[in-house]
Amino acid sequence: MRSRRTTVLWALGGLAIVAYTILPVLWIVSLSFKEGDDINNRKFFPSEWSLDNYRTVFDTSLFTSALRNSVGISLIATVASVVLATLAAYAIARLEFKGKRWVLSTALAIAMFPTVALVGPLFDMWRSLGIYDTWLGLIIPYMSFTLPLAIWTLSAFFREIPWEMEQAAQVDGATPWQAFRKVIVPLAAPGVATASILVFFFAWNDFVFGISLTATDRARPVPAALAFFTGESFFEQPTAAISAAAVIVTIPVIVLVLIFQRRIVAGLTSGAVKG
Amino acid sequence: MASIRLERITKRFPGADAPAVDSVDLDIADGEFVILVGPSGCGKSTILRMIAGLEDITEGDLYIGDRRVNDLAPRDRNLAMVFQNYALYPHLSVYENIAFPLRLHKAPDEEVEERVRRSAQMLELEELLDRKPSQLSGGQRQRVAMGRALVRDADAYLFDEPLSNLDAKLRGQMRTEISRIQSQLGITTVYVTHDQIEAMTLGDRVAVLRKGVLQQVAPPRELYEQPVNLFVAGFIGSPPMNFMPATVSGTTLELPVGRMEISPDMANRVAGHEVLIAGIRPEHFEDANLLDEDRRRRGLVFSERIDVIEWLGSEQYAYIPFEAPEQVRRPLEELATELDSEQIRTQLVVTLDAESRVAEGEPADLWLDPSRMHLFDPESGENLTHGSGVDARTLASA
Repeated sequence: MRSRRTTVLWALGGLAIVAYTILPVLWIVSLSFKEGDDINNRKFFPSEWSLDNYRTVFDTSLFTSALRNSVGISLIATVASVVLATLAAYAIARLEFKGKRWVLSTALAIAMFPTVALVGPLFDMWRSLGIYDTWLGLIIPYMSFTLPLAIWTLSAFFREIPWEMEQAAQVDGATPWQAFRKVIVPLAAPGVATASILVFFFAWNDFVFGISLTATDRARPVPAALAFFTGESFFEQPTAAISAAAVIVTIPVIVLVLIFQRRIVAGLTSGAVKG
Repeated sequence: MASIRLERITKRFPGADAPAVDSVDLDIADGEFVILVGPSGCGKSTILRMIAGLEDITEGDLYIGDRRVNDLAPRDRNLAMVFQNYALYPHLSVYENIAFPLRLHKAPDEEVEERVRRSAQMLELEELLDRKPSQLSGGQRQRVAMGRALVRDADAYLFDEPLSNLDAKLRGQMRTEISRIQSQLGITTVYVTHDQIEAMTLGDRVAVLRKGVLQQVAPPRELYEQPVNLFVAGFIGSPPMNFMPATVSGTTLELPVGRMEISPDMANRVAGHEVLIAGIRPEHFEDANLLDEDRRRRGLVFSERIDVIEWLGSEQYAYIPFEAPEQVRRPLEELATELDSEQIRTQLVVTLDAESRVAEGEPADLWLDPSRMHLFDPESGENLTHGSGVDARTLASA
């Protein structure tokens, strides 16, 4: 039996970690509700709760267009990346072909490549190709950086699915495509969800590509746009407005995690084969 | 329904020297229940998977009905299969699992409903239709897997060790169930198992395989009474057949337990072999004191010290150790390893009547029925008395 003291120590340790991670978040939330000069009130909570900052943020076209860009670019990049990764991972998990190891290790090498080193060349290339400051110009780098990770995650999931599932489907009269779509993909749903979250977060949180490969409202995503925020007047720091914007862009992330958390249920495959 | 014909079917796996399945010929008639049996690694599952289309056929031809199906994809062969680990779709309910093959064939909803209900009723799954596979017990999952196969109008039904994951009691029940359904529906069935009891109780005919080579295809009774070689004789039957060294001179056969005369016909068959392996099943021994004079005279009575006795109520097993010469011991040891049975010493197992009062550690008068004895060539393992037993038996029972 664990002694009382260790239990207490564990609880204290846990609390410390929770406080360490959640305090800055709460601080930002609290800041976003502070009106005008209230940010200097030297208190944790605002003197008066106000939605002014949110109104300001949504009235700024800089932010609304950035939000639209972020949502669009991240969603397209996620869907495209996950669909491609699912097909690739299935091939890697199921088929024996020449260069399989090579594909996997190259994918890993790409994932480890520092993004900053690529930004310069990409900037030049995108300009001559005419996709600088477009959605496509961001979707392509997002996909190429997230695909390797998604392929690795998904092929691990596919490998866990017993071969017999597919063979049973084939004997039952399914074409390979039907077996894949009706049996393998639903079974790999937790893996697909995990990969989607990873890809989405990468695209949603990216700053380096966002600020380097865009110039105007046409394609600039939120993290980059925040850097261009100004206050009501030139002398005023836009801290509260940035906080409000930060809270707004955090919400989709939280929602996503909550949705997918349900799908990432361990043991979904239990009962498929002898347990 | 359709027949299945295997013609010189061979399977070679890349990197392996010996073929996994070596030129197997097998005719499975329409509506017949055929069992493929053998120890692990004998190629029985590979044959089944080649029939299903899950494994490529290296050489030979496979016909379902009159159609050569070597190059057809599994879905075009119209066969149903039950997998060893059931392979149920965990994300679908029991109902949808059973309906899955029908849905793939775009059957209308009413037909799906009707056929799923019918197959669920046959397997007593009606109350479970809304559950997910993870909420079922092993036996229930097994029945769902069968339901998914039986719901179809397949040309033949393939079973790959369907009962090996169940406990002994459930296995017995399901065995009876499968047998009942098969005869009720009259479906062509190929059933793979390593369990010789399943093989004996279920099949119309049993095909015994060893290292990819077909040994014998026969109805269970013939397999038991007329095994073609040492391997089949040792594999079929529990407790297994006893093997003793035997030497022959003229018409006199010398066994470790005594000597006996054999018929001139038999002597002819075994001529040229100095040392033989005599095989006799445990139940063809008896306590000599329980027999009437007439029967006693027809067999060989001998006295041996009993080592161990196992009393089972309805009968009892007595164990009698004996020494075997090198020439015989080697093939017997090989056979034991192949059958995964760890035979520590050469001994006789005899089944005695429960009435018998023989005691452990004491000599007992035992009797053996020579008409039921088989003689094997220790080199080739071939049964030299194969085909003669019928006559001998009629003689003995006359």
